[in-house]
Amino acid sequence: MSAHADTHAHDDHGHHHKETFITKYIFSQDHKMIAKQYLITGTIMGIIGVMMSLMFRMQIAWPEQPNVLFEALLGKWAPDGVMDADIYLALVTIHGTIMVFFVLTAGLSGTFSNLLIPLQIGARDMASGFLNMVSYWLFFLSSVIMVLSLFVEAGPAAAGWTIYPPLSALPMAQPGSGMGMTLWLVSMAIFIASSLLGSLNYIVTVINLRTKGMSMTRLPLTIWAFFVTAIIGVVSFPVLLSAALLLIMDRSFGTSFFLSDIFIQGEVLHYQGGSPVLFEHLFWFLGHPEVYIVLLPALGITSEIIATNSRKPIFGYRAMVASILAIAFLSTIVWGHHMFVSGMNPFLGSVFTFTTLLIAIPSAVKAFNYITTLWKGNLQMNPAMLFSIGLVSTFITGGLTGIILGDSALDINVHDTYFVVAHFHLVMGISALYGMFAGIYHWFPKMFGRMMNKKLGYLHFWITAICAYGVFFPMHFIGMAGLPRRYYTNSNFPLFDDLANVNVVITIFALVGGAFQLVFLYNFFVSIFYGKKAEQNPWKSNTLEWTTPVEHIHGNWPGAIPHVHRWAYDYSKPGHELDFVPQNVPMKEGEEELQH
Amino acid sequence: MTALLTILIVFFVAVAIWQMVKIFDLASVGADNAQIATDKDNKLNGYLMMAFLVFIYAITIVCIYKWGDLPLLSNSASEHGSQIDTLMIISLVIIFIVQTVTQFLLHYFAFKYKGEKGKKALFYADNNTLEAIWTIIPVITLAGLIIYGLFTWSSIMNVNEDEDPLVIELYAQQFNWKARYAGQDNVLGKANVRLIDIDRANILGVDESDPNAQDDIITTELHLPVGRPVLFKMRSQDVLHSAYMPHFRAQMNCVPGMITQFGFTPSVTTAEMRQNPDIIEKVANINKIRVENKAEIEAKGQDLRYEFDYLLLCNKICGKSHYNMQMKIIVETQEEYDAWIKEQKTFKNSLIN
Ligand code: HEM
Ligand SMILES: [Cu+2]
Ligand SMILES: [Cu+2]
Repeated sequence: MSAHADTHAHDDHGHHHKETFITKYIFSQDHKMIAKQYLITGTIMGIIGVMMSLMFRMQIAWPEQPNVLFEALLGKWAPDGVMDADIYLALVTIHGTIMVFFVLTAGLSGTFSNLLIPLQIGARDMASGFLNMVSYWLFFLSSVIMVLSLFVEAGPAAAGWTIYPPLSALPMAQPGSGMGMTLWLVSMAIFIASSLLGSLNYIVTVINLRTKGMSMTRLPLTIWAFFVTAIIGVVSFPVLLSAALLLIMDRSFGTSFFLSDIFIQGEVLHYQGGSPVLFEHLFWFLGHPEVYIVLLPALGITSEIIATNSRKPIFGYRAMVASILAIAFLSTIVWGHHMFVSGMNPFLGSVFTFTTLLIAIPSAVKAFNYITTLWKGNLQMNPAMLFSIGLVSTFITGGLTGIILGDSALDINVHDTYFVVAHFHLVMGISALYGMFAGIYHWFPKMFGRMMNKKLGYLHFWITAICAYGVFFPMHFIGMAGLPRRYYTNSNFPLFDDLANVNVVITIFALVGGAFQLVFLYNFFVSIFYGKKAEQNPWKSNTLEWTTPVEHIHGNWPGAIPHVHRWAYDYSKPGHELDFVPQNVPMKEGEEELQH
Repeated sequence: MTALLTILIVFFVAVAIWQMVKIFDLASVGADNAQIATDKDNKLNGYLMMAFLVFIYAITIVCIYKWGDLPLLSNSASEHGSQIDTLMIISLVIIFIVQTVTQFLLHYFAFKYKGEKGKKALFYADNNTLEAIWTIIPVITLAGLIIYGLFTWSSIMNVNEDEDPLVIELYAQQFNWKARYAGQDNVLGKANVRLIDIDRANILGVDESDPNAQDDIITTELHLPVGRPVLFKMRSQDVLHSAYMPHFRAQMNCVPGMITQFGFTPSVTTAEMRQNPDIIEKVANINKIRVENKAEIEAKGQDLRYEFDYLLLCNKICGKSHYNMQMKIIVETQEEYDAWIKEQKTFKNSLIN
């Protein structure tokens, strides 16, 4: 193991390694640089994912009409500018995959867990800088493979991000299930390896490398969220890996784990005795926890930002930790709510309805605690705060419809309709995306030593907020009208003709919202170079990352690591002159630590 | 039209970028280009929060007003459907109330407590009573919904075989549906895809040697007698499909290698449903829209005039033409049904020798 990987080697800061461009920017083992690498890669994947959604939204709004954009971007998949039906499904599939895994798992957790875990717990770096670097490069490799899969002859994977077999297993069923699906599976297998390395590193770091005084009950909620997220990842991602491996066996080596009794294109296939329902169980055993892998870090970020900018302690710290733990536990026993009508035993459906509605309780507690934190605060409405409040709003709107989808009797009718699309985009997609934006605006000074532009941030937030509701709110209604998702066009069903105008409205909101993300990108990239120089603690925050110098150094603190004397939420504490008391400030004489 | 739109969007984006550059320039002139919010920012965004609350309420009202009169929330065409609808409406009302109140609190607090220089926030970190209240209230509400939901679910899913339901197989393949009626004996003949013999027109792989199979009837339209329980047995020959019958509040996946089932009792005939005022209005509206798009619709070779029919849709992604995998369902009186079924060929007679 190199000297870099051993964080304690940095305790003497007399010497600094000579760094080359390569070790500093490319094969860096510094968690701050790795965080930036995750962020940039995630952003690029996000641009691709959003562009795809805009394209298929245009197809839904103006079905089968020639579009110069399609012609330019899709080439042979859009003869005469008309999008092909197979490529529609491919776009939906890759959009979903990229957004869930590449942007909101790797991009979000990868960026902020890496950046914040060492900085907020008071560690010089991750437990293993080397594994951390490997984790990033595996992620990078899997991104490259996923993007390359867009260019294979028969098209990328197109069986939905859930890749249910037999559709995903048989190239005869769908051209995308050939080479495209192979690359999808390879990419995801590498992705999972990356995610596991990252998660193990996060877990070990939080357990072992906390500075003196940083007890678990003094951890900022961000760290609690990242920590529990990593545990969920370690528990559930391997199950997806095994599902992917078994699917690869069925596809390439003739086994029958998921396939049985298939007659396709005039021939009977040899598969016998497998069950697609088994795959569904394996997939959703990851798939549901995945929702929380995406969401919890965003909620952790929000907790931190809302407390700091309300200048108030987060309300109910202990309840917040308890609900994170409860969500983590329950999230592993609710997967069946995706399978009420899959053909599994109806009794199982009852069990999963019960567990699913249970998970609504800790979620509700979190929402109420956020709202109470705002109460009688002194709210600093910077862009990060706006996105955090926005997150609470979409989390509530999206979460509430979960009560319908989790209820097996009601799910019969809205399963796989646009109602579901509306629900999961609000509760997980948009909420987590807001969390990511909030995190970027808030920790930009920490990452790049400069500030982003406030006015552009406001513009970005308000337009995004309006468009997000404009896109996803009406989708509930077309879903309740019975419109299935993953339809290339609805024009073969006169029954749905009266929904065509809604779809146009949705698409216009999507296009405007998508275009305004350019404001963000512009602000982000220009501020890296030209933003105003940041102060050390611009938000007057209590957590340890703001005690490090603005200029990044290896090992984070030039001198000794600060010790921690209090929790992270002593904002506006009576008896103190300033409205914040950083964690490294010792207790005054007679000052009591809250029994939180 | 689309090209025009694309140009408009490109133009729009260009203008947006140009505007941004300007804002950025302006903003970076002063010293105040950091993100730290001033009192002025807090005030502005506080008011915008209230405006946004109004926006959320407005979009809710507009959606409910324009599209809330859903055929799905009333006018179910099956007996269990009204149970689902009642539960759905109760859930929606609860959601609506919680949504209205919590969004109000969130945005109102964001407005009310917007920051001011020199003000100090209240140091208020915990309150066990409050935590208990908002744990217990959701527990009670959800317990009610769970219990109600579970009763509804089990009464729907547990098919009562004593009622002598009409047994029908729904057979899915890329990209169409077939129905197989069990015939006189009301017992479906055995079947497996390995027995498919296209040359002899045995397209569903029905076992020719099974005596129960002889009187089975395979059709491409689904006719159901009103008021008689039906038990569907679903089968798929290739990939997953899902038999979705929204008017009947019914859905079940079709899984290769396995037989799934769903039962319901149709309660309104197609003819009656066509006379329903809600449906008449909906159909009239659709036909108005169709006339406006006459050229396109005729170019696609569809009938211009739409007449209401129940439908079976595929609702599980199944490949290229997933979006066009449908079958007409006709609910009719027992006499009409008997007359129709008599016209159909039995399996035995449909084979080519
Ligand atoms: C510009 C913003 C976005 C728009 C307009 C958008 C739109 C859509 C639409 C309309 C669908 C449904 C297509 C269908 O079922 O036929 C869809 C699918 C999906 N989206 Fe998004 N989306 C956006 C952002 C996101 C984000 C942030 C996430 C992150 C979770 C996400 C995750 C997904 C997933 C998982 C699917 C399902 C893919 C599948 O059916 O296989 N989307 N998106
Ligand atoms: Cu789930
Ligand atoms: Cu299908």
